Amino acid sequence: MQKNKLFVFLISAVALLIVPLLAQQLGNGPVRIIDLALLYVMLALGLNIVVGYAGLLDLGYVAFYALGAYMYALFASPHLSENFESFRAMFPDGLHSPLWLIIPLGAGLAAFFGVLLGAPTLKLRGDYLAIVTLGFGEIARVFLNNMEYPANITNGPRGIGQIDAVRFFGIDLGKGLEVFGYALPSVTLYYYLFLALVIGTVIICYRLENSRIGRAWMAIREDEIAAKAMGINTRNLKLLAFGMGATFGGVAGSMFASFQGFVSPESFSLQESVMIVAMVVLGGIGHIPGVILGALLLSALPEVLRYVAGPLQEMTGGRLDAAILRQLLVALAMIGIMLSRPRGLWPSPEHGKAAPQPAQK
Amino acid sequence: METLIQQIINGLVLGSMYALVALGYTMVYGIINLINFAHGEILMVGALVSWTVVTALADSGLPGWALMAIALACAIVVCTLLNFLVEKIAYRPLRNAPRLAPLITAMGMSLLLQTLAMIVWKPNPKPFPLLLPTTPFDLGGPVITVTQVLILVTTVVILGGLLFLVNHTKLGRAMRATAENPRVAGLMGVKPDFVISATFVIGAALAAVAGLMWAANYGTVQHSMGFMPGLKAFTAAVLGGIGNLAGAMLGGVVLGLIEAIGAGYLGDLTGGILGSHYADIFAFVALILVLTLRPSGLLGERVADRA
Repeated sequence: MQKNKLFVFLISAVALLIVPLLAQQLGNGPVRIIDLALLYVMLALGLNIVVGYAGLLDLGYVAFYALGAYMYALFASPHLSENFESFRAMFPDGLHSPLWLIIPLGAGLAAFFGVLLGAPTLKLRGDYLAIVTLGFGEIARVFLNNMEYPANITNGPRGIGQIDAVRFFGIDLGKGLEVFGYALPSVTLYYYLFLALVIGTVIICYRLENSRIGRAWMAIREDEIAAKAMGINTRNLKLLAFGMGATFGGVAGSMFASFQGFVSPESFSLQESVMIVAMVVLGGIGHIPGVILGALLLSALPEVLRYVAGPLQEMTGGRLDAAILRQLLVALAMIGIMLSRPRGLWPSPEHGKAAPQPAQK
Repeated sequence: METLIQQIINGLVLGSMYALVALGYTMVYGIINLINFAHGEILMVGALVSWTVVTALADSGLPGWALMAIALACAIVVCTLLNFLVEKIAYRPLRNAPRLAPLITAMGMSLLLQTLAMIVWKPNPKPFPLLLPTTPFDLGGPVITVTQVLILVTTVVILGGLLFLVNHTKLGRAMRATAENPRVAGLMGVKPDFVISATFVIGAALAAVAGLMWAANYGTVQHSMGFMPGLKAFTAAVLGGIGNLAGAMLGGVVLGLIEAIGAGYLGDLTGGILGSHYADIFAFVALILVLTLRPSGLLGERVADRA
């Protein structure tokens, strides 16, 4: 039995390592899709801490993603030097902070804002919380869109470009790398970075789930009053959940910024928040493999459909283009999966016990 | 002073449209505890159907008010049917499912309706013809258009009618009973399924009216136009205390006023640092403040702790 498990583990490890090598034979496009899917896995796992474990429905999660992305963009692009005299005096070539500074900074700032967002919402529950967090997300987006006057910080709807690629130990992920005569393009290098981050996230989530903190979160999710009565500090634990979830969002955001080389408010719309919530819920809320499945499905499926859409577009005389078709299918998937499997595609097995709760009061 | 009065008028007009949509949210939430994210899209469908009718009949020589009335009737028919179907397809099968499941189908439904509208009506924004006289009434400085007067009057009439319906008719009593406890209401001879459908139909009719008003007041229609009003209307419903009809009306009007006055004065107050672009955040800042100070909304009762 033990041996079997090890075998499966090794096989999947090898598979994960060679996936981009196979995919890059088809060009950079497919690898890019996989890279972005990995980022979504990280985001979904982060949100799963808040929604899945602690039961706090957060519809403004994308704000932390944006925060991480803009942090990275500001600290690793010429934008600030181009727009501020004092900055230009100090950094004539633009600010190019090292990764080891930006990532902790992005994560820390996101965590701080996570707690900040959590603090006024502690008294709220359920849907009230959902709408307030949604409000926070929208506020963040409005600020991103408008913070170009009087001081141009976010460059408004045009976004910030020329963002540095990730560089560490002398490896520039923006350029390709040659290993033993085998060319690894930039997207493949990013794949390995993101894979490492996702694995780290999975390990953290898994450990959290079985820790005292995780148990306490689940107790709060099931019955906050009972949890409080048992001596659990619900306030601190809820803030911790918001903070930890936000941290993952922030890191994923900074990775997104470096990967794209460009950020604009468009990438952080409410639609995106909804999509991440949908990933968590569609996959199987609170269940790590389920959440990963949901994230992979919802992020990769629409991209794959883009390739199918061409012929369909011709058939319908241009009425159904790729973007519309994707949206249509994602919408149908959200409705269809929920109707056929309301607990998600891959729900956690033990969760079932506390499940049957009459919808009526 | 003139600007203030002008902004109050604008705010009242905006607020009455929010209130109409907020009523749909709050009634549905009161009965089945669901944030019906697709409700804003009903407003959008109402506006687009009105646009289709109005442009199709543009050459018929009918007077503007007659066109409006026909468009309104068509919009109400289409929207009520649509919302009836939405409830039946996406929400009814999930009535006993975990709470997040219907929320996700609601979000999916919102996305689906937007996409279908994009396919039917194309994504480009369309101008909504001016049907009513455009010369505004002069109130000695501030002005008010015929459309705005009509919006205010219609809203007051509708709100009055709805309060009468809910508080003094058999259906209204059934609705209140179902909101209180569907199973016990069922034992008393109320058919919860019928009541829930009726709630969705009434909500859709109100959203259709708001859709036409929105189109007539702002002059453009588009598939994505329902989203923001929907969000704001839900905010209004929460602001007033969700599940409470009077609260939704109050919340809508308050929100409209805050937005209009805020947008008018923000630039002056902050010395030009924050302009009227930031108008959208007022709704959400107000929401956060109110909920922090009064977690059940302005007129809401203390909800039972175990929601």
